[in-house]
This record gives sequence, C-alpha cells and structure tokens, in this order.
Amino acid sequence: MRTRNLLVLVLVGAMLALSACGGGGSKTLKVAILAPLSGNVATFGQSTRDGATLAIEEWNAKGGVLGKQIQPVVEDSQCNAEAAVSAANKVIDQDGVKFIIGEVCSSASIPISEVAMAKGVLQISPTSTNPSVTVGEDGKTKSLIFRACFIDPFQGQVAAKFALEDLKAKTAAVLLDQGNDYVRGLAEFFRDSFEAGGGKVVVWETYTGEDNDFSAILSKVKDANPDILYVPDYYSKVNLIAAQAREKGITATMMGGDGWDSEDLDRTVTDGAYFTNHYSGDDPRPIVQDWIKKYKDKYGSEPDALATLAYDAANILFTAMEKAGTDDPAKVAAAMEGMEFDVVSGHITYDSKHNPVKPAVILQIKDGEIHFVKTIAP
Amino acid sequence: MVATQTHKEQIREAPIQRRDGMILNQLSQGLFALFGLIVVYILGRALFENPGLFMQQVLNGLELGFIYALIALGYTMIYGIVKLINFAHGDVFMVGSFASFYAISILDLHRWPAWIWPGMSSTLVMIIGTITIILISMFVSGLLAVVMERFAYRPLRNKPRIAALITAIGVSFFLEYFGALPFVFTNNYITYDRPFDVTVYSAGEISPVVIGVMWGLLVISLVAYFMLRTQAKSGDMKAQAWLRHPLLQFGWLFGGFFAFVLTLAGIHLESGGKVWDLSVSNVTLVIMGASILLQVLLQFVVTQTQLGKAMRAAAYDKDAARLMGINVDLVIASTFALGGGLAGAAGVLYATAFKQVYYLMGIIPGLKAFVAAVIGGIGSIPGAFLGALIMGQTEVLSAGFISTPMRDAISFSLLIIVLLVWPQGIFGEPPGEKV
Repeated sequence: MRTRNLLVLVLVGAMLALSACGGGGSKTLKVAILAPLSGNVATFGQSTRDGATLAIEEWNAKGGVLGKQIQPVVEDSQCNAEAAVSAANKVIDQDGVKFIIGEVCSSASIPISEVAMAKGVLQISPTSTNPSVTVGEDGKTKSLIFRACFIDPFQGQVAAKFALEDLKAKTAAVLLDQGNDYVRGLAEFFRDSFEAGGGKVVVWETYTGEDNDFSAILSKVKDANPDILYVPDYYSKVNLIAAQAREKGITATMMGGDGWDSEDLDRTVTDGAYFTNHYSGDDPRPIVQDWIKKYKDKYGSEPDALATLAYDAANILFTAMEKAGTDDPAKVAAAMEGMEFDVVSGHITYDSKHNPVKPAVILQIKDGEIHFVKTIAP
Repeated sequence: MVATQTHKEQIREAPIQRRDGMILNQLSQGLFALFGLIVVYILGRALFENPGLFMQQVLNGLELGFIYALIALGYTMIYGIVKLINFAHGDVFMVGSFASFYAISILDLHRWPAWIWPGMSSTLVMIIGTITIILISMFVSGLLAVVMERFAYRPLRNKPRIAALITAIGVSFFLEYFGALPFVFTNNYITYDRPFDVTVYSAGEISPVVIGVMWGLLVISLVAYFMLRTQAKSGDMKAQAWLRHPLLQFGWLFGGFFAFVLTLAGIHLESGGKVWDLSVSNVTLVIMGASILLQVLLQFVVTQTQLGKAMRAAAYDKDAARLMGINVDLVIASTFALGGGLAGAAGVLYATAFKQVYYLMGIIPGLKAFVAAVIGGIGSIPGAFLGALIMGQTEVLSAGFISTPMRDAISFSLLIIVLLVWPQGIFGEPPGEKV
C-alpha cells in the first residue's frame, strides 16, 4: 500500500515537472484569441476564431514566427465586458500570453484594452470599430492597442454619403441600441454626416438590448415615412427589426453596418437593403481570391468579413513581430506603427491613433445573395 | 363577509394613523396624482396631434397584451390554488416556443395535412398545421409544468411558503441554463420559422361583411346578456346559469375585440394632411383569437366542469376538499397542466410575432405577465386578462409617446402604483372566481 502511494506521488511529481518544462520552454509562442463563441453574436466569434486559426496554421507551416511555433489560446469572451475582462486576465495570468487577437465587439474590446495596457500586453482587435478602443479617455493613443478595421466615424460617413449621393435620400430614420458603444457610434456619425450633407433625420429612436417588440417605434417610422431606415445593430436584432418593419408595411430602404455580416442574417426580410462592410468576395485581387479558396477548402463556406479581418489581424501581428525580431510587445508595437501591410481587406497603414487607413465597400442583399455595389475610399 | 372587510380595512388603516406616516402618504399620493396627470396630458396631446398613429399604437399594444394574458392566467391560477408565485412560469413559456420551433423546423409538422392529402388547399393546411403546432407546444409545456410540480413543489407543499417560492426561482434558473447548454437549445439567438405566412391587412383589404359579422356577434351577445339579466333578476334560475356561461362571454369578447380592431384597420380617412391608414397583421388577429378562445375555454373548465368545481374547492380550502373526497394532488397537477399549456400557447404566439427564440426569452414576458396578474388581482382570472391588456397598452404607449428606453421602467412602476393605491388589484379576490 505504502509503496503504491509513493509510486503515485513520484508519477505525479514527474508529470508536474514535465508539464512545467513544456510551459517554460520557449519553443512555442502563445497568442490568445478572444472572441464571442456563444450568445447573440456567436457567428462573429466563430468566424473570428476560424480566420485567425487559419493564419496561425499557415505561419506554423512556414516555420513559425521568430523560429517558434505559434500556439493559439482560444477563450469565449461573450461580447460583454465582464466575461471579456475575466477571459483577458485568464490568458495573461494563467497562460502567460503577451499578444491578444480580439475581441469582436467594441464594448468588450475596450475593457480588454485596459487590462492589456496595465499588464503590458499587445492587443489587436480585428473588428472593433469604436474609436475608444485605441484611444483613451484622455485623448492619448493607447500605445499597445491596434485594430485591423476602419472605425465607426468612417463607416457612418460612408453610409450617409452613399444614402445621399447614390440613393438620393432626403430623410432617414435611425434606430439604435443606446447601451451598445458600436451601435451608438455608427448611428451618431451617420446622423451627423447625413445632416451635414443636407439630409434630415426625421426619427431618432433608442431601444435597449432586451427589447423584442419594436412595434411602437416602427409605427412612428411608418408615420414619418422616411427614405432610409438606418439600423446599425448586430444581425440578431436586425432580423427582429426588419421582420417587424416589413409587417408594418415600411417601404424605406434599410441600411446597416458591418454588424449585418453574418450567415444568420435573415435575407428574406432584409431583401433590398444595403450595408457597409470591410471587404467583398467579388474583389478580383489575387490575395482575396486566394484567401477565399483557402478558407473554403478548410471550412467549406465563404469567409465573411469577420473571418477575413481576423486573418488580417493575425498576419499584421506576425509580420510586425518578424520585423521587430523580438516578442517584446512594446517593440512589436513600435514596428507596427511604421509599417505598410498588404492584406486581404486592402492596403493598410496606421495613423497616429492606431487606426488603419483603408477603403470600405457597400454591399446589397438581393434575392438571398449578397452583391458588391461599390468601394468608397477614405 | 362585511365583518372581514372592515377588519381588513382596520389593518390597512392602522399605520396611517401615525402622523408622519400620514404626511408621507399624502405626499406620495399627490406625487402619483401629478405623475398620472402628466401622463394623461402627454397621451391626450399625442391623440389629438395624430389620432391615426395613436390608434395604431393601441393595436400594437393589444397584440402584446393578449400574449401577456395567456402567461398571466397561468400565474394567477397557480397562485389561486397553491398560493405559490411560480417564477419558473416564464421559462415554461420559453420551452413552449422551443417545442414549436423544433416541431416546425426539424419535424415539419406544420405541414402534416399536406403529407396525407397532397391536394389539400394551402390555406387549410396552414390553419390545421398552426393549430397542431399550438397543441403540441401546449402539451409539452403542460407536461413540463406537471413534472415541475411533482418534483419541485409537491415535496414542499406543507413547508413554509417561502421554501417553495425560492425553489421556483431555482427551477427558473435551472430551466434557463439547462436550455443554454450546447446540446439542448444552445445560447444562440435562433430565427424562428413561422407556421404560417404573414399578411398585413389595411383599409380596403378587410371585407365589410367580416366587420359586420363581428359587430353582429357583439350586439347579439350584449342583447342576450341584458335580456338574461332582467330574467335572472326576476328569479329565473336557468337565466342565472346562462348569464355566467362562457359562451356568452366568448360572444362579446371575441365580437367586441375583432369589431374594434377590424373597424379601426378597415377605414381610410384623409383630412387636413392627416392620414388615418392603420394596418393589422394576421399574426395579431391569430394572437387575439387564440388568446380569447383559450381564456374562455379556461373559464368553461373552471365554472362548468367537475374538475373546475374541484379546483375551486381546493383553492378555497384544501383540507376540507380532501375530506370531501377530492383528490387534491390531482387537482393541483391539473391546474399546473392547464397553466403550463396556456404558457406554451403563448410561447408559440410570441415566437410567431417576433420571429426569434432564445433561452432567456421567458424572463421579461414572464415578469410582465406576473405584474399583469398582480394588477388584475392575483388569483382572479378576469383580473389577469384585464391586467395583461393594461400592461400591453402601458408598454406600447410609453414606448411610443413618452420614452422608448424607459418603457420597462414605466410598466414596472405601474406595479408599485397599483400596490400602493389598490393593494388587492383591480378584481381583488372575489370568492366565486377564485382558482
């Protein structure tokens, strides 16, 4: 009996020692992917994870970064602040990660950026479009925080410009979730640009994330009869609002932002609507077509913008690490600031606020398909 | 009866006799009066500025109100019989909508008549299919409610009431997060396929004949009501029995609401730049019809059947009922089954209206229906119905004319106001209706 206990003890000890060696050895480089893998934007998280994973596999096949194999650490950060902060703390403190790819939602990326700055970790968010992800409340750029997408002001401006110039709209109704930084950002910048361009926002209505019944607001929209109905929310809410808008007999052209880009968007109720996005699969550039093919081979479906931006974010990060020649987050950040990247979503340079300078595309939903309409450069 | 009432009033009056309490009380009553006046002013102004929009909002509110009514009936019945506020009731509603989601999207059961008779007209298939889906959901939810009662509440029936209440909260969380598991309902927002296609009716698309029939139904039931009442007053027992018959109630409720809604949507007016052009969707009409029908069926069960009599007896005094040879356990289980079934029907209607299901969808409608039951007087069936309609209107009118983000705050503060000025709710606890 005694000897057996001793044997177990020795075995456990040996295993601990081995695992400690595995963790401490610098053969691998851990990179965290924080994304909402469940909840109301689950498809965003899954695409983000798939896109980033594909980039990591490619780099590993080429021999890794700085001679080390990249090991992804995936956590579900659920698109909400509390879950995001605990996921960030977990990957930094327990897994010893120095680089984070994520989150998708601005309202989760902002709290993560605070944790990352405090602990000296570099964060690159593929798709968080709210300006305050990379800029602190004091107006200073957060030195270690980057993003791979354009920001809300630009997306709002593009949507307003398209509505005014291409759709010849004069009036618009804007519906927004007041508790969501991303939605509010898009809505406010759309309103400002639309009114600056001579249009008029006739209905401005807020709701909360828990609302399911939009009949009251939509009756007001119907009564005002605007040209455009701008709903820059995520697809799950858009499905609800669009279905109810149809039933109320609203004929305004619906418009939205990149939050619409999901397999789960209900394409029958949003038929004829336009939305701004980061990239289009119809783009003939070889890097785009190559990416679509690789993604299709591995996952069997067309990549959405979320997957594309996650792939871009991972590539930007690894390219900058190679250039810096070290895995010190501060030095990698410095290298990233001065570089130019040719990635799937376009040619990217970083401005002083760590926002990429790149064009946006307008897409239209028509007969169950998503069509490319035009590209609008900054 | 008179004695107990004065006794109750004394208890209620007692704390007010303290001076500071009186001042505070008057102050709060004054505040509420002011609040009420402001609301009346805002709504009145909205009505005069754009009567068409206002009445459209009233129609929107009816749709919500009728769904809340079905959930509220379950709360009120269960409270009436076991004095338990079943907080898991909203989750029974959620399970009901998922049951219909699977029946439609996976099993394709909303088209079953077409499997058997492929030549059947699509409208008939739709009607039979929708009824089937509602019945399936009612069955699943009713079963769930019975299982819940058997395993969670019955063992605690003779324990202090707070134990069952806390268990109810536990059961609610269990159902929500069990549903959130990846192999159950998942925690994603799922788009719901409706069992029938949506059509919107506005002026010109509603046949005047239908409107006329509805008005006819209303008038006939009202005439019958007053005739029966005069006869009943003169001591005719048969007339008294007919006066309480659910068929009469169905006549004026169904006729009244449909006449009101279809007339509003059926007329088209234009004057001085203002347009009156309301629309109503078939979803709203189905919700109204199903809700009224189920409500009246419930009244029928409660007032006209042996089971209903047993339910009323058990609600009045469980021990005495048991002594009279009533199987109280069975009666309570049937009450849960009926309440759960109504919640299941509400689940189908809610999912059909909003086209989305997810694991937490039961919380807010459940809470609102609970408030509705309290406003109407918990334990009273007509009270739950009326309370739910009031909740629906409060919610939509405050979203439409006061403030959208504040609408839940406003509708829940209605609960506080009602409890302060009217602690028993609108219908109090009339002994005859208690179940």
